[in-house]
Amino acid sequence: MTKSKIKGLLLACMVTAGFSATAQDDLLNELNSSLPPVKEYAFATFKSTRLIDGSTVECLGPGVLDFRITHRFGAVSSGAENFWGIDNAYTKIAFDYGVNRWLMLGIGHSAFNKEYDGSVKIKLLRQQIGAGSPVTVTYFGNTSMETLPAPTLADSSYKWLASNRMFFTNQIIIGRKFSKTFSVQIMPSMVHYNLIDSAKYKNNTYAIGIGFRKMFSRSSAITAEYFYRLNNSSMTVSGQPTYNTFSIGYEVETGGHVFQLMLSNAQALNERTFIGQTTDQWAKHQLHIGFNISRVFTVVKPKGYEEKGGDKDNKGSWGSAGGDKDKDANVTENKKSVKEPKKAEKKEFKKSPKTDKDFNVNEKASSNW
Amino acid sequence: MKKLLLTIGILSMGASALFAQKYMTRTGKATFDATTSTSPEKIAGKNNEVAGLLNAGTGEIVFQMQIKAFKFEKQLMEEHFNEKYLESDKYTKSDFKGKINNLAEINFSKDGNYKTTVTGKMTMHGNTADMTIPGTITVEGKKVKLSAKFKVKLADHKIVVPALVGDKVAQEAEVTFDAEMTQQ
Repeated sequence: MTKSKIKGLLLACMVTAGFSATAQDDLLNELNSSLPPVKEYAFATFKSTRLIDGSTVECLGPGVLDFRITHRFGAVSSGAENFWGIDNAYTKIAFDYGVNRWLMLGIGHSAFNKEYDGSVKIKLLRQQIGAGSPVTVTYFGNTSMETLPAPTLADSSYKWLASNRMFFTNQIIIGRKFSKTFSVQIMPSMVHYNLIDSAKYKNNTYAIGIGFRKMFSRSSAITAEYFYRLNNSSMTVSGQPTYNTFSIGYEVETGGHVFQLMLSNAQALNERTFIGQTTDQWAKHQLHIGFNISRVFTVVKPKGYEEKGGDKDNKGSWGSAGGDKDKDANVTENKKSVKEPKKAEKKEFKKSPKTDKDFNVNEKASSNW
Repeated sequence: MKKLLLTIGILSMGASALFAQKYMTRTGKATFDATTSTSPEKIAGKNNEVAGLLNAGTGEIVFQMQIKAFKFEKQLMEEHFNEKYLESDKYTKSDFKGKINNLAEINFSKDGNYKTTVTGKMTMHGNTADMTIPGTITVEGKKVKLSAKFKVKLADHKIVVPALVGDKVAQEAEVTFDAEMTQQ
């Protein structure tokens, strides 16, 4: 073989090798250019539906139930005789449920003034990566009612109306995930009090809240939240002056739980109190240690994962990759389960009208080898 | 002369690539299962939006999918999958570029089942691994159905399972793949 022949062969090999490598890239590019652009949304802007006291932009997923226990101890400044506040705690128990991707409903009961509340949260806009909305916008509304016994009024000609006990909150929460670990939200809020201490004050308190979350490990983050009142800042509650609420927190996620630990000058747990009627202040170290525990449960499984859908049946057939040995098992399994899940699946993956018969049908194909 | 032959060779390869039939899908299904015997729940997800293109002339085949298109039984698992394991904010897509090893044995103009292996590179979580995947190709008129089962080692793609849940998430995910591709 002459030198030039070898050179030629080498060249030919190189060219063909290079050709096949770029051909696959070309094919991938060709595939890419034929695909519609993908809308990508930010997810997990915050880890939970509550940041510390207030709500975040997050809604629960459809069919997800969140059970939340919230605890705020008494003021640390109350001293050793009260075990620095640990003796006096207010608890709130709440259930929230994700009706669909954008609607969440909740109920709760808080020990402070024995207050019941109902809330609604609606996701209005989702932050999109690239083009589209730069922020996620969520509406949060809450109505609460005290259920303490009616006080005896000095003037018996006055009546204590049920409406006196009611409070209404509206919030627009605007949040943005700036990076994988850092998210910020702004919460313009309005709280309506049916009954206030004096005609000097307004029934509506307007406030701007700001909160952030900074992750410092895979599962834990520090959080902070501040509500600044635009009016009614001199409002008193039963004669006591009120202050803006500032809270700092630490949150850690373990599996299905989110555990939040915080320090705040607000002790009560409904919007109407922590936005407009916080009677403790940081300056006097009237701080409250507290924690939130959130546990989520999937109540309604997403489409395609219904029990009858045969996922359980399939588990066996997923068990051995590429093994011919379970061929027979698969075929019989498929025969019996081919029909039933069709309906459930059809609605779901709209983009795949041709091939969405279901997983079992395809299992059949894969079991041929 | 040699140059001429080479040119003709390249040109003819190019021509065959140009005129060869291509098959495409946007609805391929990939499911994975990383459940272990000690998992408290089933760790599995499915993606029904896998896109793929097959060049029947050269045997080259590519697939691509959006990581966020994986659906899970539990929303929280979906969030963890995206946020902590696949980091889909950073690595939005996964793709596979490969070539059918026994192209000569597959007749795309005749209905039938063909066993095959495809060798190529799979990129996931920003890391590429060489793979040879056994599977079947079923030709049905103008459609080509592909199916395969294989394992993906999480370590190959630097997908980290924290020690805390180390025995609850399998180090190798079982992947089931099915696609029905139609002639372009």
